[in-house]
Amino acid sequence: MWSFFHKLGSPPWLFRIAGSILRWLLPVTLVALAVGLVWGLLFTAPDFRQGNSYRIIYIHVPAAVVALAGYYVMAIAGAVSLIWKMKMADVAMKACAPIGAALTFIALVTGSIWGKPTWGTWWVWDARITSMLILLFLYLGVVALYEAYDNKEAAGKACAVLSLVGMVNIPIIYKSVDWWYSLHQPASIKFTGESTIDPSMLYPLLWMIVTFYALFTCCLLMNMRAELLEREARTNWVKKLAAENRA
Amino acid sequence: MSAPAEAPATGAFCLALLRRQLTLAARRPIEIGNPLLFFAMVVALFPLGLGPAPDKLAGFAPGILWIIALLSNLLTSETVFRSDFEDGSLEQLLLAPQPLFMSVLAYIGAHWLTTGLLLALVSPVFALMINLPGQAIGALVASLLLGTAVLSLVGGIGAALTVGLKRGGMLISLLILPFYMPVLIFGSAAVQNAVLGTPAVPYLAILGAMLCLAIALAPLAIAAGLRISVDA
Repeated sequence: MWSFFHKLGSPPWLFRIAGSILRWLLPVTLVALAVGLVWGLLFTAPDFRQGNSYRIIYIHVPAAVVALAGYYVMAIAGAVSLIWKMKMADVAMKACAPIGAALTFIALVTGSIWGKPTWGTWWVWDARITSMLILLFLYLGVVALYEAYDNKEAAGKACAVLSLVGMVNIPIIYKSVDWWYSLHQPASIKFTGESTIDPSMLYPLLWMIVTFYALFTCCLLMNMRAELLEREARTNWVKKLAAENRA
Repeated sequence: MSAPAEAPATGAFCLALLRRQLTLAARRPIEIGNPLLFFAMVVALFPLGLGPAPDKLAGFAPGILWIIALLSNLLTSETVFRSDFEDGSLEQLLLAPQPLFMSVLAYIGAHWLTTGLLLALVSPVFALMINLPGQAIGALVASLLLGTAVLSLVGGIGAALTVGLKRGGMLISLLILPFYMPVLIFGSAAVQNAVLGTPAVPYLAILGAMLCLAIALAPLAIAAGLRISVDA
């Protein structure tokens, strides 16, 4: 049990393990993504009122869900690196920020593309949309703060503090559509009680949400591997790896 | 070798810190005046940009006043720890036996007394200049009193994280503005409701709740940020 934790602190071990996870997870994710897209975009019935435009939820909802979850991953990794001084948690936190920012951006863009035919406007200053925009700024703030420090160890700690402070925003985003009267609809999928979405639309959506989680994990592991190589560029195992690849 | 002097109690220590910060501010009255001057100047920009029609200005007045208060707070937040970081007294503060949580509160308190409090007290003058209806002035002052205290605390987090950086100015706005937004929403909503004649108290209560939360949690983040910045 404890040796696992010790290994977690070892960059070459983490690099190798992440590589072997990616070797099967990445192809599986890409296939699942293709299947989910074809299923959601081509084979589900059109919505009674919105017609075909609703199909964008198969990208919009998973991206938004994982963008929020990614913030938790980043903040928890930051907390772990602050409290137990685990270097690898710091690597994970840094790797999270750009992915989360990209997913938030996708959620905002797909939302506004859907909003144009449905609400008649590209953008409204509604509680959930505004708070998702704030989430994007939080992610970008972490990236900017990290880049501003020359001392990367201090950069990691500062970003960890910032992402923990930003946690305040996440429950507000989750609950914004319930707390404020807003244009954005409340959640249709409920874990308790009846979902207000037809199973034939729900299953591809759940499929896509799971796929996006897997996609996030793949991107995270790839980013972490790249970050590990960069940080450990002067060590023997990286030099050996580079020499092997060159040969 | 003399025996080490007894460390002063935390309360006395913080009061001394507060007095020190206020004295420093009082020695440079222009530093206290600058945010107010900034407030006046930016208020003057809006009639130029939006046109001087009184009813139009009145409609935007709650938002305008709150946004300017927020910007002036943002600009002054950056300097809270700057000079003490540069001359090394911040390091002494970190080494002091008193809890950093409390001494940070003294810094932020001094910042609020010299910016937010004064701003709230003079805001009725500017409110009249851009034609805010009279019945909303009470709500404006109350919301600014509560809201600028939250802004000072949150701004302190940004200041602590960026104090060691050479180009902190732009960065602190990026880091801190997302956290200012909720304060802006409820602060201007309080004034807006007072303009319309509906109760402003619920919004003031939410601002008060935010202040309680910020007083309890922000000093932790500020203290952590200062330790990181001084170590770096």
